[in-house]
Amino acid sequence: MRLHAIILGLCSASAIAFGAHAESITIATVNNGDMVRMQKLTDDFTASNPDIQLQWVTLEENVLRERVTTDIATRGGQYDVMTIGTYEVPIWAKQDWLLPLDNLGDDYDAGDIIPAIAGGLSLDGKLYAAPFYGESSFVMYRKDLMEKAGLTMPEAPTWEFIADAARKMTDRASDINGICLRGKAGWGENIAFLTAMANSFGARWFDENWQPQFDQPEWKNTLQFYIDLMNDAGPQGASSNGFNENLALFQQGKCGMWIDATVAASFVSNPTDSTVADKVGYALAPDNGLGKRGNWLWAWSLAIPAGTQKAEAARKFVAWATSKEYLELVASKEGWANVPPGTRTSLYENPEYQQAAPFARMTLDSINSADPTHPTVKPVPYVGVQFVAIPEFQGLGTTVGQLFSAALAGQSGVDDALAAAQTAAVREMTRAGYIK
Amino acid sequence: MARTVPTGTKLGWTIAAWIVALLIFFPILYTIVTSFKSETEAIAGFNLVPSGTLESYREVQSQYNYFKPFMNSVIIAVGSTILALLVAIPAAWSMAFSPTRRTKDILMWMLSTKMMPAVAVLVPMYLIFRDWGLLDSRIGLTVMLMLINLPIVVWMLYTYFREIPGEILEAARMDGATLWGEIVYVLTPMAVPGIASTLLLNIILAWNEAFWTIRLTTTNAAPLTAFIVSFSSPQGLFWAKLSAASTLAIAPILVLGWFSQKQLVRGLTFGAVK
Repeated sequence: MRLHAIILGLCSASAIAFGAHAESITIATVNNGDMVRMQKLTDDFTASNPDIQLQWVTLEENVLRERVTTDIATRGGQYDVMTIGTYEVPIWAKQDWLLPLDNLGDDYDAGDIIPAIAGGLSLDGKLYAAPFYGESSFVMYRKDLMEKAGLTMPEAPTWEFIADAARKMTDRASDINGICLRGKAGWGENIAFLTAMANSFGARWFDENWQPQFDQPEWKNTLQFYIDLMNDAGPQGASSNGFNENLALFQQGKCGMWIDATVAASFVSNPTDSTVADKVGYALAPDNGLGKRGNWLWAWSLAIPAGTQKAEAARKFVAWATSKEYLELVASKEGWANVPPGTRTSLYENPEYQQAAPFARMTLDSINSADPTHPTVKPVPYVGVQFVAIPEFQGLGTTVGQLFSAALAGQSGVDDALAAAQTAAVREMTRAGYIK
Repeated sequence: MARTVPTGTKLGWTIAAWIVALLIFFPILYTIVTSFKSETEAIAGFNLVPSGTLESYREVQSQYNYFKPFMNSVIIAVGSTILALLVAIPAAWSMAFSPTRRTKDILMWMLSTKMMPAVAVLVPMYLIFRDWGLLDSRIGLTVMLMLINLPIVVWMLYTYFREIPGEILEAARMDGATLWGEIVYVLTPMAVPGIASTLLLNIILAWNEAFWTIRLTTTNAAPLTAFIVSFSSPQGLFWAKLSAASTLAIAPILVLGWFSQKQLVRGLTFGAVK
């Protein structure tokens, strides 16, 4: 009895001592399937790092962005690891707000990160955020409707083909829209799609002197093409549709084609949620023969703020969550189809993954065809495919997004929307000091 | 003599009242209904009949421990309300029974602080919280919510106190009551319905406050508002899970409101008829 008491006492004492020495790191993250899965698998990390405890803060994307921006700008020190996107990384790295991730361990294999993704997360050749999940955009289409329309989707279609196919596939009586595209206003919503699309039309946000370019014919061609296409073959109320709304339409069999994030492929091909799971084909985002495709590049990545007091523990966690071993861990627990995509070249060479994800090759080709450092046909002074990596872009992008969304809803004409976008952009860029 | 209201008119008003009540309650009802749907059902379009699945509740519970944010909400909402009443009762008493030339101006100034958008002071407040070590602390948030709701509490109590005849307090003073005794034993019992409704309203306001509670907390002090927002997603279907999280978050305050509705109505109409 006494021995039991002594052992119990020793155990309690060591537990208290252990608790007192365990370091707790706070991770701010976004709510998506891959991140939620990571939270469930953290026992694997804490088992091999018993001296580190993990605290999670899961937030909606826009709230997360606002919160981590406030915290990092004021050096609040609330977070030790932040989930940020390709938009924030170059801006924050330039401000010295992030720690460089050049020493994530000998077995980390940073060379395995897909080059296009690594390029978007680096500044001056240094990686400032480790990708947890990467995506581009591509065409998802209904093979049965394409066949019914008497067409065959090429692997790399042109916008002309897409428009023709969309109009032929449209069957209003059967509630089938030839194409579903983003129309909801926002820099991460319709502007992400339209900026990538504009790149393939030869348009650009700014010239080399930061002069806005909405008064140029390339932008008019882009917006006119988009609105005509959506009026002829898009769903009703498209100006309110973002990723989730179009996902629901496609899953319910109401879209012939959908051009959006490559991650959507796993949703539309999942027979539990999608009524058209076995009828979906994939193709690269369209182009106009100008050398740029209308696809974007995005990665949710883990970064360590410069103000953290727990850099070493944070580094260990980032290395674990973005490692090849983590992908294998997910595969062993939940299958290869649930592995976070778009970060490592070796994943796409894995035959098991290729079998579980029929869209794998097209995803990799899409990611590789996006170049955030040279996103447009004409030269530009910025990086970013579907955004311009300057702090002012969030506000300006949303303003322009509202103007384009209003044009799609028929509340204004294409010329009026572009003129208003030009005025807003000139005003903002002058105020911010880009235009002298 | 009471005026006789024709049955038809009465019925008409009753139906109208029910329609208005249903319209106001409908968003909450639809949230509850959606929480019992699958994600595919939730996004499929308007439908008031759910399949009755509890899948979303299971998912929500497996992702997040509900008890911790619930306790934080209780502590922050109740704590800030008690603190606000402790400050507001003496303040409202002095304004109601010993007004000065500046009383009206002070009242208007207090109300004007509610007109400023919260985001305008986000960065200064964040820096103050950071420097005082109050980020992600229940104490910091309790004080913050107390200050936010104080103007409303003072205004409500001031209005109630003004309805109490000053002669009663004078009589108490003549009977030898001290200032403290006058407030505690005479004024407060007479104003109980008003204080109770102020208390309930303040708890509801503090419970639902989302701007500061989301922005000044991370893990330790995060209340149910942070719990709800963690289920919104930019990619993927989340409406059913978000509805389940919202239902869990509003359930306590709905139950509180239901059981105290008599008190609330009594307090809100206190002094309406002299």
